[in-house]
Amino acid sequence: MKKSRVIQLLGLIVIVGLVSFGYTHRDQTSASESITAVGSTALQPLVEAAGEQYSNNHTGTFINVQGGGSGTGLSQIQSGAVAIGNSDIFAEEQSGIDASKLIDHRVAVVGIAPIVNKQVGVTNLSQQQLIKIFTGKVTNWREVGGKNLPITLINRAQGSGTRKTFESYALKGQKSADSQEQDSSGLARSIVASTPGAISYVAFSYLDKSVQTVSVDGVKPTEMNVRKNQWYIWSYEHLYTGKHPSVLTQQFIDYILSTAVQQKLIKQLGYISVHDMQVQRNATGKISIVK
Amino acid sequence: MDKIRESLLKKSVASKIERRGKAISLLCLALIVGIVFLIFYFVASRGLATFFQNHINVWQFFSGTQWNPGTTGTNGQPAVGALPMIVGSFLITILSALIATPFAIGTAVFMTEISPRRGARILRPVTELLVGIPSVVYGFIGLQVVVPFVRNTFGGSGYGILSGTFVLFVMILPTVTSMTADALNAVPRYYREASLALGATRWQTIYKVVLRAAVPGMLTAVVFGMARAFGEALAVQMVIGNATLLPHNLVSPAATLTSILTMGIGNTVMGSLQNNALWSLAMILLLMSLFFNLVIRYIGRKGKLSHER
Repeated sequence: MKKSRVIQLLGLIVIVGLVSFGYTHRDQTSASESITAVGSTALQPLVEAAGEQYSNNHTGTFINVQGGGSGTGLSQIQSGAVAIGNSDIFAEEQSGIDASKLIDHRVAVVGIAPIVNKQVGVTNLSQQQLIKIFTGKVTNWREVGGKNLPITLINRAQGSGTRKTFESYALKGQKSADSQEQDSSGLARSIVASTPGAISYVAFSYLDKSVQTVSVDGVKPTEMNVRKNQWYIWSYEHLYTGKHPSVLTQQFIDYILSTAVQQKLIKQLGYISVHDMQVQRNATGKISIVK
Repeated sequence: MDKIRESLLKKSVASKIERRGKAISLLCLALIVGIVFLIFYFVASRGLATFFQNHINVWQFFSGTQWNPGTTGTNGQPAVGALPMIVGSFLITILSALIATPFAIGTAVFMTEISPRRGARILRPVTELLVGIPSVVYGFIGLQVVVPFVRNTFGGSGYGILSGTFVLFVMILPTVTSMTADALNAVPRYYREASLALGATRWQTIYKVVLRAAVPGMLTAVVFGMARAFGEALAVQMVIGNATLLPHNLVSPAATLTSILTMGIGNTVMGSLQNNALWSLAMILLLMSLFFNLVIRYIGRKGKLSHER
């Protein structure tokens, strides 16, 4: 009898404890020592690593980073549920988001390269050929100078930031044909590596020896070419905040934009620093030279 | 005198504890029921918004073959045709159940009728172990082994209904097997004894008596397996190719409701058409699992009646 009461009491204490824990942590944005960033999985490693470094340098602060996708990041920041919304795409490009209520912080640049299976025998494609392949007008590698192999398209999921960027800039805004879709870059790469005749596209940081990178119109997908926009398939990584970010949010974004992070961490993780870019692009895709 | 009177009128400690225990268990029950209703309400409110807020034609949703909610289709309406996913989900569920059922019945018969001791010692733990393997492991094996196998044997890219069927077959086999074995075990012993006493061989007994008597239980097992196959997301998503196209053969890339859901939900904004359309898919899934549950209950009730007769 005594024992059961003790168990009951313990259970009650645990429940009360959990509830009060949840209650005290209910709104992390207003807490002075902790902020939450949610969104793009492509940007997540960078924000996580930077957040860790930042917390180490500023004891008592904590940057909580979660994935969920660019759409989640944008909708969460729009509703004010988080401090920072991570996104691969401009808020203007996402339907259902009022970009005028958000502040855009571009913290890095990501180049995207087409990849093919090694058996395909193609290392260079013209943009026209690329468009024809992805819109389903060319269905065999023979037609673009490769081996006699049917083409297997591997797309990223609808609404993925990488796919949006690829369709806007590599396919000149044309929609890709309905095809296989994968929801992560790593899986897309491993499927291209193992499927004869497969073509897909991944961020530079995912390129490795298991797949063949394709040049477009003779331009190689390298960081140097992205800086001058000679390789035009790239996108910004955005940190979106509300109009009035908290002090810690602002300090953290300033930290990511500082030379320390831009010159070291960003390069280690395979992104391109915004400081190195010789051109800039606005939400409508217009390119201008950085002064 | 008064003391005795008092102790008789007052509630004893034990009855107090009993009352408290009842209250706590009722609270737990209420919480779970409440959560179930909230989930139903939430999914339904979001899923129905596609039709009431975004004014998508219900018929068009179920019969359309174009799925790209952000854009407009050939008829000028947003392209939200869920037919490819619905067909994909059902095909893969039915096919995997079709393949799994004979294997499950065979295994279960061996476990319960032919070699009960070895069945209990070896086969049962092994099948139960299969249930515990995380679905991502099945998916990974499917990606590395099944997909190349299908590609080399049947052609195509290897991604499609067939690969998904093979993976799901292995995934639902243990569930169906162990439930079928339970159903066979539940057949009363005197059925077998009577059959043998009439001069039937063991095979005749199994085939004509035990299996017939266990039909309701076996059906429940199959429906249970189908429910699991219908709801499986990760493993299927890794091998089916996720192309929102009507499958024209078993090796062309296809999609299921679950695979499109898990891929799309992170890339859409709450409240937008793209998001609502995904919730509609979730609603179909929920309704289907409800349907499977009802079928299981129905079979269970029928089975009980036939045993009582």
